[in-house]
Amino acid sequence: MNLAPPLLARYAESLFWMARYLERVENLARLIEVTYIFESPGRESESWYALVRINADEESFSRRHGVADPDAIKRFYLIEADNPTSIPAAIEVARTNARVLRPLISTEMWKQLNQFHHALTAIAPAELEGDALSRLADRIRAGVQAQTGITEGTFFRDQSWHFLELGRLIERADQTTRLLDIKFHLLVPRAREEWRLVELTQWGSVLRAAAGYHAFRRIAPVEFAPADVVAFLLTDASFPRSVRLCLDEIERHLTALRIRYGLGGTRAALERAEEMRALIAGAETERLSAGGLHAFLDNLQHALIGLAGEIGTAFFRDWRPFAPEREQGFQEQRQEQAG
Amino acid sequence: MDMPAEDPFQGYDAGSFYCEFAAGREGDGSAAATIRSRIAALGLANLRSRARAAETDLFNLGITFTVYSEANAIDRILPFDCIPRLITAAEWTELDRGVRQRVAALNAFLEDIYHARHILKDGIVPADLVLGNANYRREMEEFPVPFGTYVHIAGIDIVRDERGAFRVLEDNARTPSGVSYVVENRHLMLRAFPDLMAGMRVAPVDDYGQRLRAALSEIAPAEVLDPQVVLLSPGIYNSAYFEHVFLAREMGVPLVEGRDLIIEDDRVFMLTTAGPRPVHTIYRRIGDDFLDPTLFRPDSLLGVPGLISAWRRGHVALANAVGTGVADDKAIYAYMPRIIRYYFGEDAILPNVETHICREPAGLQYTLDHLAELVVKPVGESGGYGITIGPRASTTELERTRAALLADPANWISQPMVGLSVGPTLCEEGIRARHLDLRPFVVTGRESWVLPGGLTRVALKRGSLIVNSSQGGGSKDTWVLTGEFQSGATAHGVMR
Repeated sequence: MNLAPPLLARYAESLFWMARYLERVENLARLIEVTYIFESPGRESESWYALVRINADEESFSRRHGVADPDAIKRFYLIEADNPTSIPAAIEVARTNARVLRPLISTEMWKQLNQFHHALTAIAPAELEGDALSRLADRIRAGVQAQTGITEGTFFRDQSWHFLELGRLIERADQTTRLLDIKFHLLVPRAREEWRLVELTQWGSVLRAAAGYHAFRRIAPVEFAPADVVAFLLTDASFPRSVRLCLDEIERHLTALRIRYGLGGTRAALERAEEMRALIAGAETERLSAGGLHAFLDNLQHALIGLAGEIGTAFFRDWRPFAPEREQGFQEQRQEQAG
Repeated sequence: MDMPAEDPFQGYDAGSFYCEFAAGREGDGSAAATIRSRIAALGLANLRSRARAAETDLFNLGITFTVYSEANAIDRILPFDCIPRLITAAEWTELDRGVRQRVAALNAFLEDIYHARHILKDGIVPADLVLGNANYRREMEEFPVPFGTYVHIAGIDIVRDERGAFRVLEDNARTPSGVSYVVENRHLMLRAFPDLMAGMRVAPVDDYGQRLRAALSEIAPAEVLDPQVVLLSPGIYNSAYFEHVFLAREMGVPLVEGRDLIIEDDRVFMLTTAGPRPVHTIYRRIGDDFLDPTLFRPDSLLGVPGLISAWRRGHVALANAVGTGVADDKAIYAYMPRIIRYYFGEDAILPNVETHICREPAGLQYTLDHLAELVVKPVGESGGYGITIGPRASTTELERTRAALLADPANWISQPMVGLSVGPTLCEEGIRARHLDLRPFVVTGRESWVLPGGLTRVALKRGSLIVNSSQGGGSKDTWVLTGEFQSGATAHGVMR
């Protein structure tokens, strides 16, 4: 018997998705920033196209824009709200979920998200040009971080908080695998010495995009190898964006839901998390960084989808692998204007 | 700092209308004069910039309603006017008694027409007007509701005529909205204009949620010790969604949609992360038609299949009850003074606006003869739609109205044009007189309670008499003055 107030299944679902989409916005901003830094002179199109491949958007992008033009790619992710993988689309979904959650979330959370939404749906084309892009990415990242901070400081920590955190952590782990994967798509020069230097710079930038460069420097050998970076982002127990730490936290939240709120449906998800932990523990980062990393990351991404699926089927009202449709019931609600 | 060059009220002229800000009203406690001098000290520019900031605040907080164009949903705030509307203690005593009498009459009438029908048999109200009404619900016949309360939440629209007499313009007994603005306007006033409020003795409006929850708990099935109350909303795309959020939060109860509820063995459950949980009282903000697709509109996804059956079995309470729309119909409105007299043997404390019932030959004839002086209203509409204001209508419009009246007289009522009272309002051109109305909210479980004040709506367009938000209306904070102004006290100190 617990006296905690009940949580509507639909709210749990919205909390999970709101957090996922916000985290997605932050990470997309990080990816854009790292791509901007990596832009190889003369081969900008190929650099930017890596972003499209990481997000598995090849088909929808070519349907819209045909050839891979850097400006088109930036617009695709930063301005085109009708592209479901764009930042404006993601913030729209996050806000729609927040709107559902207004009875539950703090006023300050809603206010911040509301203002952030207004700002992101009004990105001007000029902000995609030159170094303005870097400032824009920075602003987007800071916006989500403000949201995260306000949530930390104001959101009531009953079971709803655990569902919100689960969404955020699953998305964060997924995005870290994508950030690592960008290395797979990047271009490296052929000449040996030049290759080594470019390679190190690129790994350094991946770390910077993940906000892990300085922490990595503190614990890594002076002459670090690619395997060290891979190990750090996948298995470090203290770095907030490592897959390992995200998994630790996911298990912590699932366990809290099971013990404190008596939600036995967490069992299957906990098993999945354990499987993932074994997968990471067994990863031979040395070998992975020499080849096979892409396939390994793909495996992790699928395992995360499986984990989210177990949470969804156990607790949500109507589990779908994608965000709930925005237009659902729209017509009828317009019609019904009682009072 | 420059001294304000001129009195900001200089261009204010109430004309022949009753002024809600007139100094020296009994029980005013010099509130109007104090506010006036405070605004003068602030200066118009200052007042304006703070008013703008206050409105931005409303928008950012999402205290909005949603307007739909062809493709887009646009969130709009209800424009907020920072000069409050003042109600004296004596005026409030009359209003409070008046609206409680009105709600008691609505409930007595509903109980009667769904049971013994004395009032129809005695010929006070035409039977076909009730039994043939689209909002009459056969499902309600012989069905008892706790305390005989059908209308748990009512909003009574009141205007004030040229002589200052309060008159009821309309009863809202289905799902009246606007109470969230009453409370939010007060919060905004305290945040943005604490210096205007300082020292004023104003009745607080903060306990609406608690009162409402208490009433909703009272009507829950008697055997339940700790009833689960929920608010049933059509969802986030409904234009009044903010109000649903507000009420759910103030009561501390879940805001559910139809798809969150299931019925098993005529009992209602909500779907939670821990499985189905019983529900005992539903404050529904969904119209009768949409409540239960097995009985009413079969295509509705907003409601809950089997809900009415669960209700009739006594396992769940609904607020408001089904079928209250027959009592707040504009056609029934005309009979309200007679209804009050019939049940209570007393006159209406708050009279109606004089109303001509066009289904009655005399009423139709009078309306046709005086079309250019009257306001003609269709009985079924709300929100100010379909109204013809005779004195302002063109000849073509009048002829069109005449044809509509003759085609279906029963669909219309007419009223003289009431010169609504005015209050000072911050406009483009300065502080000007704009017309006002008032919607007090009455919560009834075992007994009735009235939220002090209510929603004051203001027609922001010059000369306009239509206060509806859909047609250029805004709102004001409504202060029920409870005592003498105290100098030196802070707004918060006196409020609590």
